[in-house]
Amino acid sequence: MARVVVDVMLKPEILDPQGKAVHGALDRLGFAGVTGVRQGKRFEIEVDGPADDDLAARADQMAQTLLANLVIEDYAVRVEA
Amino acid sequence: MAARVGVVTFPGSLDDRDASRALRLVGAEAVALWHKDRDLHGVDAVVLPGGFSYGDYLRCGAISRFSPVMGSVVEAAAAGLPVLGICNGFQILCESHLLPGALTRNDTLHFVCRDQRLRVESTGTAWTSDFTVGDEIVVPLKNGEGGYVADERTLDELEAQGRVVARYVGGNPNGSRRDIAGIANAAGNVVGLMPHPEHAVESLTGPSTDGLAFFTSILATLVGM
Repeated sequence: MARVVVDVMLKPEILDPQGKAVHGALDRLGFAGVTGVRQGKRFEIEVDGPADDDLAARADQMAQTLLANLVIEDYAVRVEA
Repeated sequence: MAARVGVVTFPGSLDDRDASRALRLVGAEAVALWHKDRDLHGVDAVVLPGGFSYGDYLRCGAISRFSPVMGSVVEAAAAGLPVLGICNGFQILCESHLLPGALTRNDTLHFVCRDQRLRVESTGTAWTSDFTVGDEIVVPLKNGEGGYVADERTLDELEAQGRVVARYVGGNPNGSRRDIAGIANAAGNVVGLMPHPEHAVESLTGPSTDGLAFFTSILATLVGM
């Protein structure tokens, strides 16, 4: 068994109103010094077989095909043993 | 013979009945299509209705894009089949790459539900030929993720090619770039629209009957094809 973690974030130039709302809430709660919040998604995918380059390539395909919308989002793939 | 226009029902579709009713009001035969059925049953055009298909999980329209029926719709649209995506249908068309750009969460973070004034910007599509450029219409708008975004080059291209179909007038409700409410593909057969013309087809229930012209347009287009 191997595990793949895919992080998906809105591209920097895309407005993130949820992140802004979270930022506002942190300010109201008195957490000082917060200068920005961006909200993203994290996928943890369990896969049969070894944690190898082939898995990394397949995970990359998953991210490009379904997990991220490359028009508005960037992603990062990490394979864990 | 009446034009046969398919209306797809996904799990979580809301406005498939209203879209079918609008089609029947203008004299078309509304054909119910099912998300799991690849068969388009020989329809002359397709409407992807509003709603929250697959619960809007992952991203609005992201799961629907890979439903069996969409495989057929994407293929047929590339070959010229007229397709209108309304609200969630617009999101599905963007996720399917039949239309450029994407729809993101409203910049206000609020779900918007109101009667919205629009200006029709293009009559060169399969779904807007019965309008006149510059027509101002009022139809309901109801969305949480209706902010249209695309990179500057794509936006310039849409404008230059006359592919902005409708723009918001009297205030931008959701942060859409350049007040865009709807766009078309280069061929003009595929149109995505965030507001809901199918809810503005009878004076009893709608703010106007301005939405009818989208549906009479497709009938005129099909007669001419």
